[in-house]
Order: sequence, then C-alpha cells, then structure tokens
Amino acid sequence: MADRRRVIQWIALIANNAYLKGFAEGRVYRGSLKSICVPGLNCYSCPGAAASCPLGALQAVLGDYRYKFSFYVVGLMMGFGLVFGRLICGFLCPFGLMQELFYKIPSRKAAGSGARWLRWGKYVTLAVFVIAIPVFFRGDLGIGEPAFCKYICPAGTITAGLPLVAAQPSLREAAGGLFAFKVFAAAAIAAACVVIYRFFCKFLCPLGAFYGFFNRIALYRMSCDGNSCVRCGACSRVCRMGVDPSREPDSAECIRCGDCLKACPSSALGAGFEFVRKGGAKDAGECARG
Amino acid sequence: MSEKTGNILRAALFLIALAFVAAGVSRGEMSTVLRKAVTVCLECIGIG
Ligand code: SF4
Repeated sequence: MADRRRVIQWIALIANNAYLKGFAEGRVYRGSLKSICVPGLNCYSCPGAAASCPLGALQAVLGDYRYKFSFYVVGLMMGFGLVFGRLICGFLCPFGLMQELFYKIPSRKAAGSGARWLRWGKYVTLAVFVIAIPVFFRGDLGIGEPAFCKYICPAGTITAGLPLVAAQPSLREAAGGLFAFKVFAAAAIAAACVVIYRFFCKFLCPLGAFYGFFNRIALYRMSCDGNSCVRCGACSRVCRMGVDPSREPDSAECIRCGDCLKACPSSALGAGFEFVRKGGAKDAGECARG
Repeated sequence: MSEKTGNILRAALFLIALAFVAAGVSRGEMSTVLRKAVTVCLECIGIG
C-alpha cells in the first residue's frame, strides 16, 4: 500500500500548484486566490502557484513603506501553527516533498542527522533575512527588499526562476550575476539534500523555525506512554530529524513524519489532533521520567 | 505544561491570531500580498 503521508504530500504539491495553464504559458496566475497564503513553502512566482507563499507574503508586507509588521500574514501563520505545528513540514509543504525526493537519489548518506548547533541557522534566517532586512534596510522609496527570497530561497529558484527564465526571452536577457548566484545556491542546497535528510528544513527553513514554536501547543501533538514504553530506543534510531520522541515528543525539530510511531514495538507513542488522539499518553513527558 | 494551561494558552493564541488577521485585512495588507503575488517576483527568481 502506498505510504499515506507520501500520497498527502503529492496531493498538497498538486493543490498548491493547480494552475497548470501557467506552466504551459510560462506565466503566473493572476487571480484573487493569490491574496491568501498556503501553509507551506511554495513560491508565488511558480507558474502553477494558485496562492501565495507565506514567507514571500510576509516580506512583501514588512518591506512595504506603509508597514513595519504584518498582522495578516503573522495571524495566518499563527493559525496554521496552532492547528498543525510542524505537521505542515511533514505532510503539506511542497518543498519538503522535493527534499525527500532529492534524498532518494542514490548516494552515500551522511551519518547522524547533522550538527545540532547548525540548527540555529533557521532561526537566524528567520530573524535576519525574513524580518530584519525587509524592515530595517529600506531603499530610497522606503521599500525593504525580500532578502530571503532574493538571496536564499531555493524553492523560488527551482520552481519559479528556472521555468520562467526558460519560458520568457525577456527574463533570459535580464538574468545576470544574481541569477547565477541563486542557481548556484539552489544547486548546493539540493546537493546537500541528497546526502542529508531534509537539509534545508533542518538548517535553513524560516517557516520550519516558526512552526516549530507551536509543536508543543498545536492541536496536533505526539505523546509517549511511560507504562507501555520499553525504552528500546527504536524511535530515536529511526528518526531522521534527530529527535528522541520518547523524551521530547513535541520537539520543535519533529516534522511529524510518523516513522517513530511505526518503529515502536510497544505502541507507546501516539499522535493526533487533540480530542481524537489515540495511543501515547496525555502527559507528553511521561516516558522520559519512567 | 498541564493540559489546562495548554488549552488556555492555545485558545488565547487562536484569538490573537484571529484578531491579527482581522486587523491586517482591515488595513489593506491582503491587497499588498495580492499585488506582489500576481506579478513575477523578480527577487524570487533571481533577477531583481
Ligand atoms: S520519526 Fe518521530 S520524532 Fe522523528 S520527525 Fe518523525 S514523527 Fe518526529
């Protein structure tokens, strides 16, 4: 049977990019749905994008000369985070799926899940490139540049830059040093994703950093039942995000992929939305204390 | 965090999120997002 998570990831990717005409014509969708943000990383300049990327939208408002804060986008992102937490990363984010497909490319894989201190990188990206630069470094017209989109975002380069530049001669002519830099950065990130599982999620993604804050209080949570847990360590060995779910089932690093739930021999781990959650325990720290 | 505290915190944050969305919509942020998203974002694609 096909992996349920993989099916949902594909459905999310297709739903995010349902404007197929855009791919055929090499232009972006111009309808009013674009005023709404999707929860995952999906560039609004991708020819298929049917709605807006939350990070692009956030920088657009923060960089507007009239505003210094975006109530609308932050409110939407908080809502997504409060319901799903990083379930969004594991199930709904198109670039999350893309990274997992890169990881399927046969190669030597990095041992372990990467240096822990490097994980701070995603919080730095959020604070500096998504927030500080658009708000504080404004041009003559008072407009701040969307620095994350401009210098880092690989989704923008891969799903928007490459297809649009290929389709439109005028963009091809305009492509210069910055485009070359972005292509190089995207290729480097993609190559890192081939050897390190979800490299971008772990070390760079500002959206993952934001949603990670909500894993502890989101409606969707995981828990561990200390009475059933046999402390075999199978869950932490199988986790490719470097989490020990028996100790920290609601870790900010957990993308809710569910691999640990399948690996647990005693069904001690549980996951689900509040009120309908099955398995695990009510108290999230229970296994660690047992 | 106890279950009760978690529920109260979550409900309070939901209300704040709702209020934020309403405030953002009322001051025209949705149209800023729309305006940016319906044209090719030159920074996103590495041109601007
Ligand atoms: S294996 Fe478990 S702890 Fe690790 S990311 Fe997946 S759901 Fe979270």
